[in-house]
Amino acid sequence: MRGIRKRRFAMAVDTRRCVGCQNCVLACGAENGVPLGSFRCWIETETDGVFPELKMEIRSQRCQHCSDPSCVSACPTGASHIGLGGTVLVDHDLCTGCKACIASCPYDARYVHPDGYVDKCTFCLHRVERGEGPACVSGCPTKALVFGDLSDPESALSILLRERQHRRITPERGTEPNLFFLS
Amino acid sequence: MGAAEGAMSISRRQFIKIGAIGSGVAAGATGLTSNWWNLYAHPVPDPGTDGDRVVPTFCELCFWKCGVLAHVRNGRVTKIVGNPKHPLSKGRLCPRGTSATGLLYDPDRLKQPLLRTRKRGEETFQPVSWNDALDYVAERLDRIRTEHGPEALALFTHGYGGSWWTRLMGAYGSPNVAAPSYAQCRGPREVAFQLTFGRSLGSPESIDLENARCITLLGSHLGENMHNTQVQEFAEAIGRGAELVVVDPRFSVAASKAKFWLPIKPGTDIALLLAWMQVIISEKRYDLDYVTQHALGFDELKKHVELFTPEWAHPITGLDPGLIRESARLIAAHRPASLIHPGRHVTWYGDDTQRLRAVAILAALLGSWGRRGGFLLPSSIDVPKYPALKPPTPGRPPLDKPTDGHYPLADETLASGVCDATLTEAPYAAKGWIVYGTNLIQALPKPERTIEAIQKLDLLVTVDVLPVEIAGWSDVVLPESTYLERWDDLWSPSYKEPFVAVRQPAVAPMHDSRPGSWIARELARRLGLGDYFRWEDPQQYLRSRFDAAGLDFRTALRDGVVLGEAGPVSEEDGIELGFDTPSGKVELFSQTLKDAGFDPLPTYTPHEEPPPGMFRLLSGRSPLHTFGRTTNNRVSGQLVSENEVWINRDVAAALDGFESPLKSGDYVVLENQDGVRSNRVRAKVTERIRGDAVYLVHGFGHTAKGLSFTRDRGASDSALVSRYAVDPIMGGTGMNVNFVRIVPVEA
Repeated sequence: MRGIRKRRFAMAVDTRRCVGCQNCVLACGAENGVPLGSFRCWIETETDGVFPELKMEIRSQRCQHCSDPSCVSACPTGASHIGLGGTVLVDHDLCTGCKACIASCPYDARYVHPDGYVDKCTFCLHRVERGEGPACVSGCPTKALVFGDLSDPESALSILLRERQHRRITPERGTEPNLFFLS
Repeated sequence: MGAAEGAMSISRRQFIKIGAIGSGVAAGATGLTSNWWNLYAHPVPDPGTDGDRVVPTFCELCFWKCGVLAHVRNGRVTKIVGNPKHPLSKGRLCPRGTSATGLLYDPDRLKQPLLRTRKRGEETFQPVSWNDALDYVAERLDRIRTEHGPEALALFTHGYGGSWWTRLMGAYGSPNVAAPSYAQCRGPREVAFQLTFGRSLGSPESIDLENARCITLLGSHLGENMHNTQVQEFAEAIGRGAELVVVDPRFSVAASKAKFWLPIKPGTDIALLLAWMQVIISEKRYDLDYVTQHALGFDELKKHVELFTPEWAHPITGLDPGLIRESARLIAAHRPASLIHPGRHVTWYGDDTQRLRAVAILAALLGSWGRRGGFLLPSSIDVPKYPALKPPTPGRPPLDKPTDGHYPLADETLASGVCDATLTEAPYAAKGWIVYGTNLIQALPKPERTIEAIQKLDLLVTVDVLPVEIAGWSDVVLPESTYLERWDDLWSPSYKEPFVAVRQPAVAPMHDSRPGSWIARELARRLGLGDYFRWEDPQQYLRSRFDAAGLDFRTALRDGVVLGEAGPVSEEDGIELGFDTPSGKVELFSQTLKDAGFDPLPTYTPHEEPPPGMFRLLSGRSPLHTFGRTTNNRVSGQLVSENEVWINRDVAAALDGFESPLKSGDYVVLENQDGVRSNRVRAKVTERIRGDAVYLVHGFGHTAKGLSFTRDRGASDSALVSRYAVDPIMGGTGMNVNFVRIVPVEA
């Protein structure tokens, strides 16, 4: 196994660059054929303060591809599993649509596909494996999203996380999320 | 079972591919996947949205016209992504562009030509053949030409397909070609910059956001307003640490990223601009060399602003004098790479040319015109016109230029002026309108006036993709193909990276729709004007123009765009500054304005304020929508399907007439000063807006029967604009002069 590194895919969201336009949401939907009305990513806006002393953060959100994912633990059939690069995936054929994963996810990142199985962000692994970024990343007009491999200390993502202040959302749930929000 | 097997076989193939691109084949078997429950991996099946053909063309979901790649699989457009070779998209789109499939496959599209059967506005039509529809239109156009002269026909146009219709108007002999994008949008800006620097800004605007070290936005809400390239550069500038000053009554997305947010009282921007100039001049923070070398009228300006201190501006603008002073210093500290964004939709209060003059003068003090990080001086690739007959000279001037000397500095036809002239039949009567790609009921202020004007017409033809309101008032409705189904003329704008873009169809026209180029030519032939459209087909027309320019048409078809050589665009690149003004200088003091009877230097004049219990109605943009053109789109409509009225939290808590305090999501009705009531609209109760104004995203509140998705959703700001303030300099219609009260929805 010489030279083989176990990859850890993750994403950084630059909240300074993000304008909340939601192109990530629609680019994801178009790429992955997400049914109208369901979303694998979405925008969160958090406003604090009283007029005119205000602060606002805009976050492009999706499955956090947790290292210790509660959805995988909750899945009774093994449909929810950890795939390439630590990506949390659902095997549609094994999923019975019981929604235990949906109940266990702290991020509300999953939905039931009209065909009965639960679906979610895949980090667009079908694109990643041919060297492209996830559709949300490639399509983002503000380049607010950076996808990469945390196990490679020289990846653009690893460098960014060393250089910029960042935080994770709801880390206290203990699922070890892998989305990092740069401020 | 077949489907499951298919999925398995795809999975296996992908599994092998994963191994092959890893660091070794062994990795594929053991290292790359881990799994808690299963011993085998479940790679992600390809969703199958990549095209078997990928067609480069340019977008028409808004007027920015980004280069896109349309993926076509089994004859169906599966997705639209940015064209990496196109300078305006650089491979990335805004959400409207991404949702173009929602327009192409909109079930509400106009599907065949329609002839009106009953009263105008009742939206009752019978489908007819193209032959019958075109014969009908041609016969009436011919009669108008004979009985009233060709000038009695007007064209209202928006969008790039309009060029064929403009050509038809030229051939027909009418000068009345109007675009609401002038007098209802960017006109005052173009006039102000022309007066000051001898050059207007055009589209895409020749501004250098990317290299700016400080960006100042006055009412512009980049990020909500998704001019793609500008938003990309805006984010790039922020990423590089550029400073941001945002002047807006609303805590916009841009304001949330700003060092200074100035929550200005609406309508007082000129006072702020004068105070900024006062600080910058009195503290000698302006670019002395630039002003000395290039500008005329500095002494007059200095004297003019002397008393306009931040303390003077404070009670007018509601802004703290310290904030005005500090922001002025920040703006000046980064000159010349300090960009005062000129905005785009600037028809607010009727003194808009003067406000944009103040912006231009400030830009001159900062020395940012012609400098990197400021205003650039790009050129376009010269593409000769298709050889054609010279159109006849119209016998009468345009309808919007009455002889009594109104709007002396307007340099385009006023859509509102043509509408008014149609109503008053002065200076002469208009008997026919062709409306291409613009929903006049929403685009022009005071819709009831537009409807009155329509009653004077012998013929109203609408050419559109969707059954918008103006179609419902028309005698003939001609269904156009969307941009994804048609050829259009090439596009060669002035831009720092000059290019020529080509629009080509990704799929064949759906339903019984036709490209505008075909419709306009068929009408021309029936009117005996076929010689003005003398080409075999649009490809031959385009090939001829590319050949004449010495550009390779095949490259354009393959790449969607042909790039030119980037020439110098700023003084830093070696351009020697020159100004196409009467004096050849930057005109801080405008003799042209003075001679025409206007203030040669901008002056603040107070505007009427909302009476107690009423609020100024402001409007703006959502990143998901372009005016009312996209609100019926079920793809972008998943995210924003109705607008909300933004109401300050304290105001909402104290509103009269509500049984319980208003909450976000509650429906309310807006009633304006003239008693016009809106459709019900949800409240957004927020700290993010001043208490003296409310805000709506423009384009909602459709009433057209055929728009089954968007009809009756949200409130129309246009309907509430029952009055407007006309800019005496160029005829722009200032629309932020309406007041509304917030009332409960009647049971």
